[in-house]
Amino acid sequence: MAAHPYQAQAKAEIRLSMTQYESLLVTFGIPLLFLVAFSLIKVLPLPHGVLKPVAFLVPGTIALAIMATGMVSLGIATGVERSYGVLKRLGTTPLSRGALLGAKITSIAVIELVQVVLLAVVGLALGWKPTGNAVEFVVAIILSSAAFAGIGLILAGRLKSEAVIGAANGLFLVLLVLGGMIFPVTSLPGPIADVARILPAYAGAHILFISSTSGGGSLAGSWIVLAVWAIGAPLLATRLFRFE
Amino acid sequence: MRGVSLTVEPGKILCVLGRNGAGKTSTIEAIEGYRKIAKGSVRVLGMDPARQHRELVKKIGVMLQVGGIYPRMNPRQALELYSGFYDDPVPVDQLIKLAELGSAQKTPYRFLSGGEKQRLALALALIGRPSVLFLDEPTAGVDAAGKQQIRAAVADMARNGVAVLLTTHELNEAERLADNIAVIDEGRIVAEGTPSELRERFGKQTVVFRTAAAIDVASFSQRLGFQLTDLGDNRYRLAEEAPANVVGTITALLAAEGVDLIEMNAGRGSLEEVFLEITSGDA
Repeated sequence: MAAHPYQAQAKAEIRLSMTQYESLLVTFGIPLLFLVAFSLIKVLPLPHGVLKPVAFLVPGTIALAIMATGMVSLGIATGVERSYGVLKRLGTTPLSRGALLGAKITSIAVIELVQVVLLAVVGLALGWKPTGNAVEFVVAIILSSAAFAGIGLILAGRLKSEAVIGAANGLFLVLLVLGGMIFPVTSLPGPIADVARILPAYAGAHILFISSTSGGGSLAGSWIVLAVWAIGAPLLATRLFRFE
Repeated sequence: MRGVSLTVEPGKILCVLGRNGAGKTSTIEAIEGYRKIAKGSVRVLGMDPARQHRELVKKIGVMLQVGGIYPRMNPRQALELYSGFYDDPVPVDQLIKLAELGSAQKTPYRFLSGGEKQRLALALALIGRPSVLFLDEPTAGVDAAGKQQIRAAVADMARNGVAVLLTTHELNEAERLADNIAVIDEGRIVAEGTPSELRERFGKQTVVFRTAAAIDVASFSQRLGFQLTDLGDNRYRLAEEAPANVVGTITALLAAEGVDLIEMNAGRGSLEEVFLEITSGDA
């Protein structure tokens, strides 16, 4: 019988993420709650020209869900694994580092696929009518995933597990406000909005929104910001990551 | 680590003995290929652990000092995961039985007792049918009965031809399990041999005694005719071999000085005394 270290690890990663109830609250609970609640109760401002909140909230909560999976769920889980010596112990088995990384990517991809489908289906039920560029939409999801997984691993690779939990959750809240995910950054004070525009949360959410509404405006700036984060954060993570 | 040289043969158990912080874990990690060495060479099963890591990991079993198991995984899940890493794993049920984890197999790792954690870690080390086992303090935090179980399992592996490298700071563990002992202190090997060789070599025929008050070592040695070593805490040891009647002389001299004798032991030193002697300090 030939060993399949990658498959065994990917299965374990998926099962662990799907049974981590605190993480599920952030990865599924909060995005779904925001989508349903703010679509039905119109309390938050919308971007100019948008009539139905759901048109803004579906792409926004998808961006939020991806941020939660990569930065919060992956970051915290990996931080715990590192501080418990799990990664060190795995390093003495035939599971290679590449296979471990592959298993983590697979796990994230599976969770995000479920998130996107779930949010899209609920959105459609609430009257979401996406138009625009599906390819751009998918590419933005992939780049956002890379950016936030990178940020999560930067935190996990250096901080103690308690600090990872605090930092990931703290950043999640900050980027939720600055990300233009549930209300537009134009509602923020000018200088803060300018800072928000160079963050991956806004860049990803903005592209997802525009590409699903065939709205106007150039996306070039957001693509550049998102691409820089999508490449830079994972690269920095590999440079900084410590296995123990 | 300086000038450390260790060899383990199939079917043998080598205990690396040393106090906490003596360099045991660093040594074992260098051998596993986990820690880079500045100079020198390590070969495990003829392989360089750093360069041939991918081949070597298929043939070794490792027990780290920190458990290294997912805190939310239960023993069965952990064993099932690890069985996916090896070509011919020991069946999970067999290991659960061997490690006596039957009643704890569904309990998440973080809720297991110290003994159960260590037994699971040992089972994970055995799952790939290793040729070499690295066990870093395998009985740490385990109660007396649990220690027995683990030691029995380790001895069993050696009997089946596995080479075992085990670190411990417990002398009686080394004494019971080891075919060979290497004593490490401050990053160097200070003594090496079978348990009886070490006792033979370092455990001299000697007398150790303790008094109620301090005595002047120089003048006492002179009157006794044999040199004494001050062990501190009013304990003294004869530094050289002496005839059996020296015990009477010591008693008489102490009585003459009016110093009470609290205890006196004559004979070949235990492994513990050997250990204290060669590691330059009180354990």
